Amino acid sequence: MSETLYSIAVEVNGTKRSGQVSARTSLVDWLREYLHLTGTHIGCEHGICGACSIMLDGEPVRSCLMYAVQADGHRIVTVEGLAQPDGRLSILQDSFCEAHGLQCGYCTPGMLIAAQALLDANPRPTEEQIRDAIAGNLCRCTGYQQIVDAIALAAERTAEGAT
Amino acid sequence: MKSPPFEYARATSIEEACGLMHQHGDAAKLIAGGQSLVPMMAFRLLRPSWLIDINEIAALKFVTIEPDAVRMGACTRQCVVAHDDALAARLPLLRQALVFVGHTQTRNRGTVGGSLAHADPSAELPLVAQILEARLVLRANSGMRTLPAAEFFAGPMMTNLEPDECLEEIQWPIWRERKTGSAFTEISRRHGDFAMVAAAAQIAVDDDGRCMRATFGVGGAAPMPVAFPELAQSLIGHRLDKTKSRAVAQEAAAALEPDSDIHASAAYRRHLAGVLAARVLLHAYDTARSAP
Repeated sequence: MSETLYSIAVEVNGTKRSGQVSARTSLVDWLREYLHLTGTHIGCEHGICGACSIMLDGEPVRSCLMYAVQADGHRIVTVEGLAQPDGRLSILQDSFCEAHGLQCGYCTPGMLIAAQALLDANPRPTEEQIRDAIAGNLCRCTGYQQIVDAIALAAERTAEGAT
Repeated sequence: MKSPPFEYARATSIEEACGLMHQHGDAAKLIAGGQSLVPMMAFRLLRPSWLIDINEIAALKFVTIEPDAVRMGACTRQCVVAHDDALAARLPLLRQALVFVGHTQTRNRGTVGGSLAHADPSAELPLVAQILEARLVLRANSGMRTLPAAEFFAGPMMTNLEPDECLEEIQWPIWRERKTGSAFTEISRRHGDFAMVAAAAQIAVDDDGRCMRATFGVGGAAPMPVAFPELAQSLIGHRLDKTKSRAVAQEAAAALEPDSDIHASAAYRRHLAGVLAARVLLHAYDTARSAP
């Protein structure tokens, strides 16, 4: 049985990308397999682990729980879109390095997206708010403490930079 | 796993969605936020031939606060409801419940109507709909009808939606009593998981602290969320304290016949139902009493 293909056009990290997808192709599979944006990870593939988090129209969502065809006409930012235009790490990314906010790195893209969404909405979060923001992202290495530290450090550095 | 193959149609109006559902009947499912439907398809528990996407229908996304009810489009995102301060001022129970619904990433996509239509017996929003006696407006090609929550839910993951019907709007009653309080709580292994047991209550009191109106219920301990209207009625005219709220909650728990599963035994669920119902009753009452 040949599957119907649907044309989609999506803004990904500021660039218009288009393609032909079958309806069942998940958004994360399209990003990874067709656009080769392999920074976004696939963990559980049913909406539990948060590794596939991306920004959809500025809000963090799970890209394994959307079909690529549903993203037609929308705006997406993946972890690749978080770095500065010249390729240097963002303050948040650098803070993850500084505070040892990762070990194996599998959850990191999802953590970065969740944390960036938090900081965009709330530049000076409390520890409780940080923990709530990453509550939907599982990490099996760090015990979360260094991730929380990294996000707090990024908030601190951003505030210093702004003054 | 990957979802099985299906055909996709993006509806641009409610009429178009109803037309497509009429055309494809049982073979089609509506997809709203997809936060439950997509995992079920990934697990191959569901294999619809068609998905009718209602995410782009602007007419299904609205929150209107009227004197006696909040009217809400079925495709209103959970995050929108959780962040709406005007809504929380009139109907705090929705925000109190949404704190327990999934995580930021799922609330950004998940919808209120989707959660109700999915009808998970331990989900939070169906419990709120049940105890507040929300009204659900359903539309099909052949016309519209409105069902009270008690008639909408039919069993675990089952509703009385016809195959060609779409949930269009939810009407959440607002109590006019000045001193009204509400509370929601639940126990789950991790915050954001489905509840092992959840409980919700809303109580209005007079200036002497006597209950004028009361409702409460429990989720996760029966095939559907359960409200206890007779027990709630027995509170009318009384002041509520720990002893009274415990007694009523114990009666409610005794009426439940929960199932055992990997998450909790039946006995533990019944125990939780009693404890949590007592907590929300007292908390809702205290909040009502301290209202200006």
